[in-house]
Formats: sequence, structure tokens, C-alpha cells
Amino acid sequence: MKADATLDCIGLYCPMPIYHTANKLKELKVGQVLEILADDEGIKEDMPAWCQVTGNELLGIEEEAGQYKAYVKKSK
Amino acid sequence: MAEKERVTLVVFSGELDKALAAFNIAIGAASMGMEVSMFFTFWGLNVIKRNEGSIKSKGMMRRMLNFMNRGGSKRLHLSKFHMLGMGTWMMKQLMKDVNFPQLEELMAMAKGMGVKFIACTTSMGMMGISKEAFIPEVDSFAGVATYLAEAKEGKVNLFV
Repeated sequence: MKADATLDCIGLYCPMPIYHTANKLKELKVGQVLEILADDEGIKEDMPAWCQVTGNELLGIEEEAGQYKAYVKKSK
Repeated sequence: MAEKERVTLVVFSGELDKALAAFNIAIGAASMGMEVSMFFTFWGLNVIKRNEGSIKSKGMMRRMLNFMNRGGSKRLHLSKFHMLGMGTWMMKQLMKDVNFPQLEELMAMAKGMGVKFIACTTSMGMMGISKEAFIPEVDSFAGVATYLAEAKEGKVNLFV
């Protein structure tokens, strides 16, 4: 999936991935996509929850060999 | 835009593990766009006491209390397995090992996200702790009415 920016959260545990996502997304424009790299499994549940509450769109989460790539589209 | 959802936490405990949990939730909530207030009361005041210098109070009992209950984020113990400091030291090492921020860093992150720190004046008066005992990040000094006024509007209100 194509992204406008990437955020590396490998090695970080909750709540750091959503904390960094919230801050990083402020730098992006509406409609742009942020790719978040993580290896804490919690992100599979947390990123959808974060998106639901903040009103941003989760385009998908890809999983490969214990690593996750989440794609969030800034919606407002 | 709609008004922000409000979250309040009463931090009653002065133990490291409980403080970590409280700040985790506060940072998570702030990251989700919520407005967060943390009310520090009783032993919880230890979390927001400054680490440096001595804490002055009047009267023998209060002086004794503040000597034995010095507080400060760096002096907090685990609620379990403190083991004269060895267990707490080890837990901090484990946190470093997984790149988890120490309590002071979490507090700075929370502050950076706009989390409000409020100290309970009743506990302060009873224990003989003055405003000077606290870190400058404390936003206000207030009582239960302030807490309830916020909690009444809160979607999530927790007691730690």
C-alpha cells in the first residue's frame, strides 16, 4: 500500500504506537496516508479502536512475520 | 467541532506500578483526542512531588510523615516485590530493555499532550505539604467539587 509518510514503532509497546501516531498525523494533510510499522501485537486491536474514536480511516493492517504495517488515512 | 470527550483519573496511590498504569491510560486517552485531568490525592501526591531538595512542613508529626513519605517520581516503590529497592530497580531495567519510557518521561509526554495535573488541597493541608513541594507541571490545586464537576461530564472516570 502506498503511504505519504512512515512511522517506525518497532520495539515499542502500548500506548506508544498510538501516541506517536496521534502526533505524527498532525504533520500530515487531510487525505494523506500514514504507514505505521509495529511489532506489538496489540496494534491489531488498538489501531482500529484509535481510528474509530479519532475519526480517521483505517485502510488496513498487513501482518508479516510478526511485524505489522497499519495504514491510516487522515480524515479530518 | 463537537466538544472533546472528557476523561478523569483519581490517582490515590503513590506506587510506581500504579502511577505507570495511570499515565499509560492518560496518554492513551489524550492520543485519542480526549481531554484528560488527573487528580492526585493522598499517597498519589507523591507522584507529583519534586525529586530535588527537602520538603518542609510544620509540627513534629507532619515533619516525621514527610521524612518517611518523601515522594517524588524517582522514589516510588513497586506495590509488590519492591525488595528494599532491588525489585523496583529490576522493573526499571526491564522497562528499559523493551524501550518502555520511565515514569518521568511518561509524565512529560502526558503534559505535552495537554493532560491536566491537579493536586488535592485537603491531603496537602492534612499532611502539611506546601505548593513548593510539587513539580511546576501541576496546573492547579483544588478539591472534590472540582473533581466532581469534571467527572460529571466525563465519559471515563477512573480511581487508581
